[in-house]
Formats: sequence, structure tokens, C-alpha cells
Amino acid sequence: MRTTHPYLTRLAHWLGAISTFVLGASGLQIFQAFPSFGTKLPQAAELPIPSWAGLGGWLGGALSWHFTFAWLFAFATLLYVMELARGGWRRLWLSPAELRGIWPMARHYFLGGPKPPLTDLYNPLQKSAYLFVTAALLLAVLTGSALAQPVQLSFVLRALGGWQSVRFLHFACLCAFAFFIPGHLLMVALAGKPAMRSIITGRSPELSTEPAAVPSVSK
Amino acid sequence: MTEKQIARRELLKLSPLLSLAAFAVPSIQRRLLAGGRELTGTAQSSLRRAAAIAPSFSTSDLTPIENFPVNAYLTEDPGVDIGAWRLSVTGAVERPGEYTLAQIKSLPKIHQITRHVCIEGWPVIGSFAGARLADFLKFVGAAPDAHFIEVECADDYYEFIEMPAALHPQTLLCYEMYGGDLTPAHGAPLRLQTPAKLGYKQAKHLVEMRVTRVLGARRGYWVDQGYPAYGGL
Repeated sequence: MRTTHPYLTRLAHWLGAISTFVLGASGLQIFQAFPSFGTKLPQAAELPIPSWAGLGGWLGGALSWHFTFAWLFAFATLLYVMELARGGWRRLWLSPAELRGIWPMARHYFLGGPKPPLTDLYNPLQKSAYLFVTAALLLAVLTGSALAQPVQLSFVLRALGGWQSVRFLHFACLCAFAFFIPGHLLMVALAGKPAMRSIITGRSPELSTEPAAVPSVSK
Repeated sequence: MTEKQIARRELLKLSPLLSLAAFAVPSIQRRLLAGGRELTGTAQSSLRRAAAIAPSFSTSDLTPIENFPVNAYLTEDPGVDIGAWRLSVTGAVERPGEYTLAQIKSLPKIHQITRHVCIEGWPVIGSFAGARLADFLKFVGAAPDAHFIEVECADDYYEFIEMPAALHPQTLLCYEMYGGDLTPAHGAPLRLQTPAKLGYKQAKHLVEMRVTRVLGARRGYWVDQGYPAYGGL
């Protein structure tokens, strides 16, 4: 049996999953201190973030969670990028010809359309979702670093359109994860035990990196 | 090895993640989070490039002074008698004593329009003028091996900054904002001002400055409540 997910990918996945959850919750708490992308005075329109949505209890507590788990998140991102660089990117590579395959796949899963034929380990919808979340991981680390160190990294701030723009992009990363995670969990539920076993032990009798075994990825 | 054994071994390799459960124990959680916060500050200060200068802005970028938030934590006006005011300088300095505003104003005056960032997330662009803290430290003969500048304020606020931030060319003993004397709400007659630190580090209504090699147990009004001790940008 072949390894479907290398150890570092699995470690990165679970470390990333836990830290994303903690950073999302503490991030919402931090955002509540100034839930707006406009001016402080006069008070710009505020986003209605419910006061229960948060972690840390207050700004100082939330920042402590955020600054602690940001390291784990960055480490997980680094591990994942290393795995991609070692060749994992080939699984995610979405050729221009495959772009047209995204919609039929989404229609199959969410609207009960016919199931398109599969040729790769990951279908075009999966590839685009994983590429999307990879981009969000990298953008979250970049914008988070720039917000923590806007003077040291003033070139990042300048390149991304200034303080409020970077703050907005950092918040947009949270929205990207919130968009990705429910769909991801739904797909895991549909794929069932083999997918779960594969991301935990890296081995699954039904899954393999061999394209021949692909039809069992989704049913 | 059977397939089952391999799978179990692979599962065990993920067990280090269980150590994160320590965050569920309140007493350990407190220490871990304080450690994470300090680690971030240590990393920030050691990765800091001394040459990094905060961007300057033009007058057209200025936030109007009435829209410059005051965020007084204790009081907007501690009732400082400006005429009798002195800055008491103590600690590792050659010339400790009481310094007048005129003495501080005799140092080269620096004007700067820089971004002021609050830990809450909002930024404003303000106009500031004052003496470089670096010049003042030279003036009072601060010990070259001192590491921290601690300040006490007329409203019982207190803060500290490390020597590299104190010597930063954009760190001022600020006595003017927007071309006029500091108002009580903005810290009259003297405040710390630096675009290299978050707002809570830029203490207002200064009355005492201690130059020290070791930080006291009392570090900062907000720092002692859980804000990052470094607070550097």
C-alpha cells in the first residue's frame, strides 16, 4: 500500500486546522476592538460581529492567543509549502484545460448533476479549492506579519495598498477559511472513512496516488 | 510489519499534537500564552532593522486634530501646572535632576508627520514636534549600557521603551501637535511620540524618566494587564 499523504503534510494539516480555528476566534475578538475598515473618528460603520464570537475575553487576551498560535500556523504553512515544493504541487496543478471542469464538479456535488469522469487524484474542483486555501494561508501569514510590523515591513504595506487595505485582506483570509472549511468537511463526509483515514495515517486501502484507484475518492 | 501496525505507527507520529491540550489547563494556559506573547516580542525586537524608518506623510494626509482619538485611560486632564512642571530624570544618568520644558525645547526641534497606530487596529496620521529622545538622553548623560527608559505620568500611567526604540531618530519627547502646544487631552506638556511603537507605549503627561539597566516589576499600565511588552512596529 502506498502513502497517500506524507507525514509532514498530515502534521501540517492538523496543526494548521487547530491553529486556524484559534486564530479565527481570537482574530474576531481582536477585530471587535475596532470592527471597521473606516476611520475611528468620526466613527465609521461597524461590522456586526456578535460579542460572543471570540476567544481571549478581551483585546489583550485575544492578542496573546493570536501571537502564540500565529507561530504554529506559520510553521504549519511552512511545512505544507515544503511538501508542495518537494513535488506535491503536481497534485494540485490545475491546467487551463481543467478550469472548465470546476463547474460540472460543483454542480455534481451541490446540485445533483451528473458525475463528470475523473482522471486525476484530485478533481478540478478539489484542485481549485486547495489552491485557493493555499493562497489564503500565504496571504494570512504575509498580511499578519505586515500588521504586526508595519514599520519594519513598510514595503509590504505599500505594495498591498496601506494599513486598512492590509487589515481588510487579513480579515478576508478569515472569510476565505470560513468559506472553504464547510465545503471541505462536507466533501470529507461524502468521501467517508478512506479520506479520514488517509489524512490521519497517510494510508488507505481505497485511496492511492495511483490514478487507477481514483474512482473511489468520491462516490 | 502488518498494515495495521504501520497505520498505528503513523497515527502515533501525530501524537505530539496532543500536547496542545495543555492549553485547556488554565494555569498552564496562562503561562503558555504569556510565553507566546513574549516570544513574539523577542522575535520582533531581534529581527528589527535599526535603519527601518517609518513612512512620513504630507499635510494633505493628516487626520484633522479633532479626529485624532484621545483614548485617555485614566483621565483626559490630570491638571498639570504647566508653569511649575519639571521632568524628573533619575537612574543611570550622569546628570540626574529636574529638567524644565525650556531645556528640552533648547534641543534641536524635529517636526514629523507619521502614522500613529492603536493596538485596537485604527491608524491616524498626525503632526508632531519635539526633541529627539536620543538627544535628550545625551543631554542628561544616559549610561551607554542602560537598556530601558521607564516613564511615569501625571495621571499614574506608566510605560517603558527599550533603548533601541528610545534612540530611534523618530522617537520624540513631543511638546507640540499640529503646530500648537500639546493640549491636556493629548498629554500636555510633554509626551512620548514614536511611529515605531503602538499608541499605548507613547505615554502622555510625562513627569519622571528613569534610565535603567534592569526593568522594574512594574512595566506598563497596559503591559501589566496583558498587552505585549514590546508593542513595537
